[in-house]
Amino acid sequence: MTATDPSLVPSTSAPGGLVKSVVSLDRVVIRLAGDSGDGMQLTGNRFTSETASFGNDLSTLPNFPAEIRAPTGTLPGVSSFQLHFADHDIMTPGDAPDVLVVMNPAALKANIADLPGGGLLIADSDEFSPRNLAKVGYASNPLEDGSLEGWQLVSVPLTSMTTEALKDSGLGKKEAERSKNMFTLGLLSWMYHRPTEGTIRFLERQFRRKPEIAAANIAAFRAGFNYGETTEAFAVSYEIKPAPMAPGRYRNISGNQALSLGLVAAGQRSGLPIFLGAYPITPASDILHELSKHKAFGVRTFQAEDEIAGVSAAIGASFGGALGITTTSGPGISLKSEAIGLAVMTELPLVVVDVQRGGPSTGLPTKTEQSDLLQAMFGRNGEAPLPVIAPRSPGDCFDAALEACRIALAYRTPVILLSDGYLANGAEPWAVPDVDDLPDLTEAVRFATEPNGENGEFLPYLRDPETLARPWAIPGTAGMQHRIGGLEKADGTGNISYDPANHDFMVRTRQAKVDGIAASLPPTEIDDPDGDARVAVIGWGSTYGPIGAACRRIRRSGRSVAQLHLRHLNPMPADLGDILRRYDRVVCPEMNLGQLAMLLRAKYLVDVESHTQVRGLPFRAAELAAVLQDAIDLTQGAPLGADASGGAE
Amino acid sequence: MSTTSSHAAEHVHDLGMPGNPISTAIASSVASQGEKQTALKAKDMKTDQEVRWCPGCGDYVILNAVQSFLPSLGIAREDMVIVSGIGCSSRFPYYMNTYGMHSIHGRAPAIATGLAASRPDLSVWVVTGDGDALSIGGNHLIHTLRRNVNLTILLFNNRIYGLTKGQYSPTSEVGKVTKSTPMGSLDHPFNPVSLALGADATFVGRAMDSDRKGLTDVLRQAAEHQGTSLVEIYQNCNIFNDGAFDLLKDPATAPQWTIPLVHGEPLVFGPDGAACVVRDEVGGLRIAETNQVEAAEIVVHDAHRQDPSYAFALSRLSTQDLRYTPMGVFRSVQKPTYDAMMAEQLDVARAQETADFDALLTGNDTWTVA
Repeated sequence: MTATDPSLVPSTSAPGGLVKSVVSLDRVVIRLAGDSGDGMQLTGNRFTSETASFGNDLSTLPNFPAEIRAPTGTLPGVSSFQLHFADHDIMTPGDAPDVLVVMNPAALKANIADLPGGGLLIADSDEFSPRNLAKVGYASNPLEDGSLEGWQLVSVPLTSMTTEALKDSGLGKKEAERSKNMFTLGLLSWMYHRPTEGTIRFLERQFRRKPEIAAANIAAFRAGFNYGETTEAFAVSYEIKPAPMAPGRYRNISGNQALSLGLVAAGQRSGLPIFLGAYPITPASDILHELSKHKAFGVRTFQAEDEIAGVSAAIGASFGGALGITTTSGPGISLKSEAIGLAVMTELPLVVVDVQRGGPSTGLPTKTEQSDLLQAMFGRNGEAPLPVIAPRSPGDCFDAALEACRIALAYRTPVILLSDGYLANGAEPWAVPDVDDLPDLTEAVRFATEPNGENGEFLPYLRDPETLARPWAIPGTAGMQHRIGGLEKADGTGNISYDPANHDFMVRTRQAKVDGIAASLPPTEIDDPDGDARVAVIGWGSTYGPIGAACRRIRRSGRSVAQLHLRHLNPMPADLGDILRRYDRVVCPEMNLGQLAMLLRAKYLVDVESHTQVRGLPFRAAELAAVLQDAIDLTQGAPLGADASGGAE
Repeated sequence: MSTTSSHAAEHVHDLGMPGNPISTAIASSVASQGEKQTALKAKDMKTDQEVRWCPGCGDYVILNAVQSFLPSLGIAREDMVIVSGIGCSSRFPYYMNTYGMHSIHGRAPAIATGLAASRPDLSVWVVTGDGDALSIGGNHLIHTLRRNVNLTILLFNNRIYGLTKGQYSPTSEVGKVTKSTPMGSLDHPFNPVSLALGADATFVGRAMDSDRKGLTDVLRQAAEHQGTSLVEIYQNCNIFNDGAFDLLKDPATAPQWTIPLVHGEPLVFGPDGAACVVRDEVGGLRIAETNQVEAAEIVVHDAHRQDPSYAFALSRLSTQDLRYTPMGVFRSVQKPTYDAMMAEQLDVARAQETADFDALLTGNDTWTVA
């Protein structure tokens, strides 16, 4: 647990004899909402860091517009950050907030419908000016007209208290106002007993070159904390005990961070240099940013002129013996398709990271979706199979990235790693792995240095009998000169071949190579604590959290459900068909229109029931629990009494 | 710094960065063979693959010239990589006993960039055509040139789409009647040299397929150049655009319309040196009759001028029907290469911090659960 600034320790009594009580909670969901320029993401991230270092389990959901700065105070400009933290293991950022903080009328309008009745609503009353109210169509001030009486409304003049606290800082009013997010963070830190030292250190570090700004932000942060301590507006503060976690070192990590570190790890564990070719695209750019910082680890990053150049350069680097990687989102995958086909044909290692977002076309750049699965599977001309894998939580992006690299290297194939916007920006505590425990990838790499043909020649398409991988001979190796390319090649020699039987053989062999990866996969894990489930729910990717939370609710209501979650989407685990056939019903929730369900039905002839949503947001656990409850009740003939849709995770 | 052919032996330029950090896995693979075999002959550059261009194609002449001159660079075959795109010219790698990749349409410069940037120890070549480099791959070409990656790009310009059987290309002349333009093409052609200079290419040359000596001379300078070299090679497609360059090949017309570029020499050309290049009134260049101007007015070719506008003005002298076509090296200037700078950034990063992977995983804000 991080030390707390000694001046900022919540007490049960404040100056002036004000009595404050402390209430213990097991979990809280807070949503901060404001204008894009209000710094809500930063505030949310800081609160998350404080919460992580305190030892709660947590899960976050940043939600922001694609516009960098939509017109101030308008609905399109609203940015929010939701954080769920608890004294126990949780799986989602929470279906609905318990506490909503709104920095202006637009934030109130965009978010109030999500706050359940009786929830705590904190509003910056200074921003509810007639002008700001008019911008979003409020005829009267909702903070004053009684329309919010279904909630516990606390109007706080956050902006003016911030400027008052900074009146001696030497900053202008406009500049001082910008610290209101830190004032708010201070207030929340008091309310939830968060450690504050980390935020103060962060502000000092962040504004190293502008000490006056650092000082102002720290002063605003302290003022917010002290306001909570002394005001009568907040009589209660809350305590959420640390969550029991397995022993180890932990840090807070977002999906894009974890994925980046997984790629660096693959370089470290394979002994290969990493080469990233990428074009900036939301929500994948942070991987490029992160990897560009790790040059000391032999990581080269190349910001290409376009998506195609990004993947092409990665293929060139792989030909030269690097681990070539390209990162993008849906529109970029469309552009890279032909080059990915080249990597299929030339059988070179390549990792293609697709951080999925809402589609089609430009779609919803900052919102999450799982709608690129079929494109990843089939979105290339010809029979162009490749492995597809997906992480299921922010921290899991690390392991999934390593696994993608293992397969790419061992099988000499492009691999598509399907992350999504929710995983990319969401965060959770992550047990820092021991470097020595990470998979050793050196065996997967061995470059070919000796001719393998009977007559002393090098045959670039003479395959390993077990993996069907072809030898990887890199330029600079004498006697191994060879030519590869996109034209069909003769088995063994790799020379251009238009022979019908050879083409048929090569198409089937490339497919067999990918299918054969299933042999290296562990058996499918079935999560069915009671062992008597007749309904299974199957998912992939970021739906793991909401599905898992829904399963917990189902089990608490006395029902049984089996949860399966696929990391490997191609090839699928060898035992999957048999497992699916054991259940009376199989439900498949997805943030698309049923892409995995379609694959499962086609491959296994199992009557998978698809449940879909494409709102650009993760599923709510309660909604999925209701879907599962219906499926179970139908299976059992008569509905059970208990309702599984309510309650906590 | 000037690069001339006499320096070839001591400057194996494309290989000239010993000490660049290559991973141990790569280094142990490429270092396993002992002494590099660099005493090669033209026949050592050939493969067992049957050359499949149309009989009479200009590509044969270029292939022969390249196979003959490459050994003189003193680079081992295994240290050379030829990357091509799609089109007739892009079959080139199959016929060269080096490493090679026949890739996808237009992307060879991007693939070669990734290779050269991660393996500065290699000599990387791109073979491309007018459609491949200037149409579908135009974006990659200009960005590769501006980055100055250490590559040598051979752009075979036959002013036609050959492999798709005869549509007009981005270098075809306006009004060209082809299968896709029965009433004549409407597009204005690119001048590849102008385009490259517009992208601030550090080395730009032009040569004729049938001119073995001139071609070899430009290729050698291009190969020795540190950075991206672009060589436009006029190449006759005897099936779909036969005779496209006859004006510059026919001994009866060639001297009149060819401006030979020789660094340090006055730009005088034509039968009996009757024509020359002088500065025009607005800062560009124009053709003049030699006997109408003072000797001092005649421009002396300077390929090493940093400002690309002189070389650009030279490239604008020619018309789309190839009259007044400068041949030779337009520009050859030194600038740091992308791959060397990238390697340097890695060195700097390594000098500034120890690569402690455990510390990287741990980050700044960690807590421990006992």
